[in-house]
Amino acid sequence: MKKIFTFFTLLILFNTYSWAQEDLLSQIKLDSAKKEYVKSAFKSPRVIMSHSIEFLNPGTMDFRILHRFGTLDQGYKNFYGLDQASMRLGFDFGIKRNLMVGVGRSTYKKEVDVYAKYAPLQQTTDNKMPITLALVSGMTMNTSPWQNPNQKNFFTSRLGYYFQAIAGRKINSKLTLQIAPTLVHTNLVVYDFQDNNVFALGIGGRYKVSKRIAITCDYYHNFNGLQEGITYDPLSVGVDIETGGHVFQLHFSNATGMNERAFINETYGRWGKGEIRWGFNLSRIFQITKRKKNSW
Amino acid sequence: MKKVILITCCLFLISILHAQDKFFTKTGQLHFDATTKSSPTTIEGKHKSVVAVLDIKTGNLQFSILMKSFLFKQALMEEHFNENYVESDKYPKCEFKGLVLNNVDVNYTKDGSYNAKVKGTLMMHGVTKEIETTGKVIIKEGKPQLKAIFSITLTDYNISIPNLVSDEISRVATIDLDCNLEPLKK
Repeated sequence: MKKIFTFFTLLILFNTYSWAQEDLLSQIKLDSAKKEYVKSAFKSPRVIMSHSIEFLNPGTMDFRILHRFGTLDQGYKNFYGLDQASMRLGFDFGIKRNLMVGVGRSTYKKEVDVYAKYAPLQQTTDNKMPITLALVSGMTMNTSPWQNPNQKNFFTSRLGYYFQAIAGRKINSKLTLQIAPTLVHTNLVVYDFQDNNVFALGIGGRYKVSKRIAITCDYYHNFNGLQEGITYDPLSVGVDIETGGHVFQLHFSNATGMNERAFINETYGRWGKGEIRWGFNLSRIFQITKRKKNSW
Repeated sequence: MKKVILITCCLFLISILHAQDKFFTKTGQLHFDATTKSSPTTIEGKHKSVVAVLDIKTGNLQFSILMKSFLFKQALMEEHFNENYVESDKYPKCEFKGLVLNNVDVNYTKDGSYNAKVKGTLMMHGVTKEIETTGKVIIKEGKPQLKAIFSITLTDYNISIPNLVSDEISRVATIDLDCNLEPLKK
């Protein structure tokens, strides 16, 4: 009798006790997590020169101002190259989660370029899809006056094309790496030794050193388009600084070109000889469409 | 005697286990504003899927918020919120576990608006802190609605605001919470 009584008293006490400490939240059946795509693999849709696996958010526009100065080896007379500047103005638009387009114009060769970037595969947080695969197709148009105005010149001679498949992975919150096999087709090449079709392999990555600063590296190996002593593989090393609305990409590079055709085919500088340029990309993102009702 | 005690105990147990004393929601609303007076843009976010559970017998009150589900007018702000401020990959949830201190003053069976004092711990961004605030429990047709406006200091939770944006983003966020609870069926 006494034992039973004590047992029940204890049971009730225990029950009320556990009740006070109860984890109420665990009693709610939560909907299984939605598929989530990995974001912020890079601070910007460009590593430095080349496209990255990062996409703009839908409805946003990225206004990009790119500068490449003269080579450092010119010394103080030309303020280490800062007296000369080459630039590209660009507008990039995020259309869908995995689709963006852009247009830009560079000083170098007065070239206009357009591109579309689409990702058929995107890395997910649950790792069911471990990588992002982005396909880029772009076109360039040289709008400078004909070099030989006396010959018959065709409009198509102004055009060049590039196609890229970028495979990359945000390995952890700090490190992202990508490789980008690339084909550049130029309708009319500058030198006769150059191939119209050039194959290159790009390697790019970033490492975040703090929440808002990342070290970036961008390199292309050109397989069949280089001429020894004239053109070289482009290599850029830089720092991304994010300040809220802006991303500053400060870097050193041996390339002047600011589109794929230009920096893969026509990089004339050598890192070893100090033919490096200081440059920066300034990116400012604007929200240009109102977000959908279910998102705000 | 033996039987009486046994039956009483059993009845007591059954009453504990079966009474409708828990209410919950998965679609609670929360809005926060961390705009400074000088800021040209409003720094605000919305959440439409706050999970809340209230045990009206004990006054036990718990909230859970998935940080990734905060919505912003600007996509970039949403990205920066998750990436640079709350680090939602590392700290996916914010949880509050506490008590309605004056639970006895709230008559859950009678329609009306009751002032509630709530005290508990708020776990966010890997930091757990005691907080205390006042709010309202509004009873309508036997269902409680919870409302509260309070503020939290972000730096208390190791959410740092860089000097560069300190004239836009306030160190103190005002939080506006509104949850309509439904009976919790087991």
